Amino acid sequence: MSVTEVGGEMRSYYGRPVLKEPVWQPEIPWYFFTGGLAGGSSVLSLVARMAGNETLARRSLYVGAVADIVSPALLVSDLGRPERFLNMFRVFKVTSPMSVGSWILGVSGGASATAALLEAAGRLKPVKLAAEVASALSGAPLAVYTATLVSDTAIPAWHEARKELPFLFGSSAVASAGAAAAIVVPTAEAGPARRLAVGGVLVENAVFKLMEKRLGMLGEPYSKGESGKYKQVALACTTGGAALLAGPGRKSRLAAAAGGALVLAGEVAVRWSVFKAGFQSARDPKYTVLPQRQRQSGASRTQPGSSEPSV
Amino acid sequence: MPASYGAETQERVGFFTDTSVCIGCKACEVACKEWNLVPEDGMVWTGESYDNTSELGANTWRHVAFIEQNEPLHGPPEDGVDALRWLMSSDVCKHCTHAACLDVCPTGALFRTEYGTVVVQEDICNGCGYCVPACPFGVLDKRHIPRSSNDPPAEILGLQLGKKEDGRVWKCTLCYDRLKGGHEPACAKACPTDSIQFGPLDELRERADKRLEKLQGENWNGARLYGRDPDDGVGGFGAFFLLLDEPEVYGLPPDPVVTTSHLPEMWATAAVAAGAVVVGVLAGFLGGSR
Repeated sequence: MSVTEVGGEMRSYYGRPVLKEPVWQPEIPWYFFTGGLAGGSSVLSLVARMAGNETLARRSLYVGAVADIVSPALLVSDLGRPERFLNMFRVFKVTSPMSVGSWILGVSGGASATAALLEAAGRLKPVKLAAEVASALSGAPLAVYTATLVSDTAIPAWHEARKELPFLFGSSAVASAGAAAAIVVPTAEAGPARRLAVGGVLVENAVFKLMEKRLGMLGEPYSKGESGKYKQVALACTTGGAALLAGPGRKSRLAAAAGGALVLAGEVAVRWSVFKAGFQSARDPKYTVLPQRQRQSGASRTQPGSSEPSV
Repeated sequence: MPASYGAETQERVGFFTDTSVCIGCKACEVACKEWNLVPEDGMVWTGESYDNTSELGANTWRHVAFIEQNEPLHGPPEDGVDALRWLMSSDVCKHCTHAACLDVCPTGALFRTEYGTVVVQEDICNGCGYCVPACPFGVLDKRHIPRSSNDPPAEILGLQLGKKEDGRVWKCTLCYDRLKGGHEPACAKACPTDSIQFGPLDELRERADKRLEKLQGENWNGARLYGRDPDDGVGGFGAFFLLLDEPEVYGLPPDPVVTTSHLPEMWATAAVAAGAVVVGVLAGFLGGSR
């Protein structure tokens, strides 16, 4: 039993958690990152194409395609057996963000791989354009659905963050795409990429702050233990990288590459911070019990005369 | 509820676990393991009263909790009397009316049976693990193949443990196979005090109401029904309880809510965020395309 900040004594079963911690392996936060990078890069590539920046369009397309190929490989690795991944495509269930997300990843992966191959081969322009559009259209949801996936669990640090997490993941994806492009595109043509990396980082850090503030006690895991450490690393890397990209990275390719790499490292750390926070939130029963107790005392579901008397 | 079964639909069945008569014999744990061929999952002396099982999981589908309290079973404490009551409760999957595990399962492995229960189809489960953190009661878990007593301890095995996993998710089936044969589930059959009662849910609810009335008339401390109310956050449990203290004392959530009740709102937020990603990228080109 532990005394909590709301003043009451929190009762539990030998301090054991009510919830189970997720069983997801390290592949999953890495996938959150690669999925975001893939989705963001696909959108960036198409917009660059429309804006007439061919170098940025082509290289972002390749970055997106690589990330799109790595993503299912990570998921297969988490499942342990490749054929198990195919079970994801038995059904389409709108009540399961993982089912919806598997289909989004399927479409996005197929489209961006097709577009990248045709781009490299320099053939079938109309098909390539169609694939690029499909890849960009599925890219935006690919960048954010993983936030919905973790929010749709019983874990308080994820479920109660459902208003902010999609924006956190979305801005992280934009920053990742911008940073990767800033590395692989010459500085003279990487203006939009640098702006996206810097803008994404600013939005992401603001959303993270806002999220923790609104979560209050339930947001504690984000600043404790491993999650807290990853968050600090993320903040240092993303702001440092963004500063490099906004300053010397505009002229120096080396500075741009360093800045882009820092931002990418920071985005990986953001995903790990969110991932670990969920485990920490599930581990301590107070995050599960106290809000439910408060909810009950605030607006009790128990009807007068019902079978659940208070003691 | 299982209306899609048409003429095959059966009356909804479940458990009423009346913990006031539980004697902590763990016959339910044993009967469940034997009938369902649930593997051994190691032996740890926890020092937590008589509970060395600790929690529900892939290899534990019934778990008897033990709580020792210095309080009288009936009425207010008396001066000069060292009161003691020993709470015991056999926990199990709740077979929720609105089941988060079933909702989030991406393969359709989890399904609603014709009896209104929730079951994992092991030939379809791909071990994605989504149901594990989705369950508001922490019932589901992935199975690890039991280690032989000659194996080094788990910590030393380290990463190898991952390779040894069965990798799929397992939980109480409410003895789906026995129901099909017209038998009651193994745990209820084995329970010597009828603490675990099996039957049509409506009947069990009536019986539970009467039982609660009786206990309250006899001044039992803390008696309450848990999960009986069809208006609660999971639409009522298919397996509900009569407890003698607050749910969290038994390791149960006081007011569980199915996570997918907020899913429409979550999808709407995701759509706005996806739109914001596109708008954000477009905005990056406002200052020039190069």
